[in-house]
Amino acid sequence: MIKTMELTKVFGENTVLKNITTTINKGEVVAVIGPSGSGKSTFLRCLNLLEEPSSGYIWVKDKEITNPKINKLEIRKNIGMVFQHFHLFPHMTVLENVMYAPIKVKKVKKELAEKIASELLAKVGLTDKIDSYPNRLSGGQKQRVAIARALAMDPEIMLFDEPTSALDPEMVKEVLDVMKDLAHTGMTMIVVTHEMNFAKEVADRILFMDDGTLIEEGEPQTFFLHPQTKRAEDFLAKVL
Amino acid sequence: MDFSQIVPSIPFILEGIGATLKFVSVSIILGLVLGTVLALFKISNKRLLKWPADVYTSIFRGTPLILQLMIIHYAVPQLTGYDIEVFLSAVLAFGLNSGAYVSEIIRAGILAVDKGQVEAADALGVPYRPMMLNIILPQALKNILPALMNEFITLTKESALVSTIGYMDLMRRAEIVGAQLYRNFEPLLVAGVIYWLMIFILTNIGSWVERRMRQSD
Repeated sequence: MIKTMELTKVFGENTVLKNITTTINKGEVVAVIGPSGSGKSTFLRCLNLLEEPSSGYIWVKDKEITNPKINKLEIRKNIGMVFQHFHLFPHMTVLENVMYAPIKVKKVKKELAEKIASELLAKVGLTDKIDSYPNRLSGGQKQRVAIARALAMDPEIMLFDEPTSALDPEMVKEVLDVMKDLAHTGMTMIVVTHEMNFAKEVADRILFMDDGTLIEEGEPQTFFLHPQTKRAEDFLAKVL
Repeated sequence: MDFSQIVPSIPFILEGIGATLKFVSVSIILGLVLGTVLALFKISNKRLLKWPADVYTSIFRGTPLILQLMIIHYAVPQLTGYDIEVFLSAVLAFGLNSGAYVSEIIRAGILAVDKGQVEAADALGVPYRPMMLNIILPQALKNILPALMNEFITLTKESALVSTIGYMDLMRRAEIVGAQLYRNFEPLLVAGVIYWLMIFILTNIGSWVERRMRQSD
């Protein structure tokens, strides 16, 4: 589904991603973990070209998206993204937030878009908030709306950039539950997270990054119980 | 003070309200459209757009409005030979001038919108135009409404300058009546009250719009 080769990103004099080469298969749930500033988010943001890679290649469904001639908007239609700070459109109601992109980007008819949006909002348990504005919602509710908004475009891939890091502890579960449900539908998901339990339970594979480098990757059981590298061991000793 | 003498002239002065409102509203619209376009130029990363917009703003903010009005009405016809109407001169001078100020207000408003909004729209594959029109500008507009109202109020009051090129607005009419009667205080006072009332109403419309836009708060 997604392949990266020698993916590198440089900000000024800082190399924040160094030669990341990996493959993510269809239907796989991949958790990207590692210390702050390790380049996890930058890696994720390169995958839908929110950050332009400095060098290296990315293929999405066998299409090279690092080709300068590529239409970024076309690529992004198929890749949903959920942000740490939600970024809901504050001047639109919950329903309008979810309906907006299908109508404007995919030219879906308004009635159909409304139907899809209502169904998705029901799925994330927010039917009663449909006509509220975002700032009337709790963090967990906002993030669930953001997930519904991304899903409304019917993407094949979903990127999550620390989706629970800005939430009060008691709201983390409701968001993770929605993500678990999504994982069970066979969605290809890449999740940058600090939730080790989620990574352990839900992910099919862990990518461990440190200092811009992909240090280690493997199945959760193996990774959490028997990390292969000293750096992963140190990291796990601190967070578990 | 004796108002009895100017009572017959009051309808003549009142007719100026329409003339003033007509050219002020057209100027405001011209300034808004121009200001929005200039603001988009200024925030773009293409130097070919940014540079002319900056120069434009510098010129129109850096010279007196009355000078711009005089140049458009008297100096340009001297070059082109085209005898420009006072209404057109007035609208051009005020619209072009207001565009420079409005562009700065809108530019600041756009920059104040959370960068995450652009990212969210980008990530959904929303193209530039609908992103600006549906997502960024509505949020920017809400934040800059007080500043925009201020600009409209200034423009409405400064509109009295067009009396100098002979446009028959409120101010000009008050002056004419004053000259005819050799009494200036009363007609000018009448004009002053009308200006104040217009601004009062404009301010209230602004507060009403602002309240409506704060619905989502």
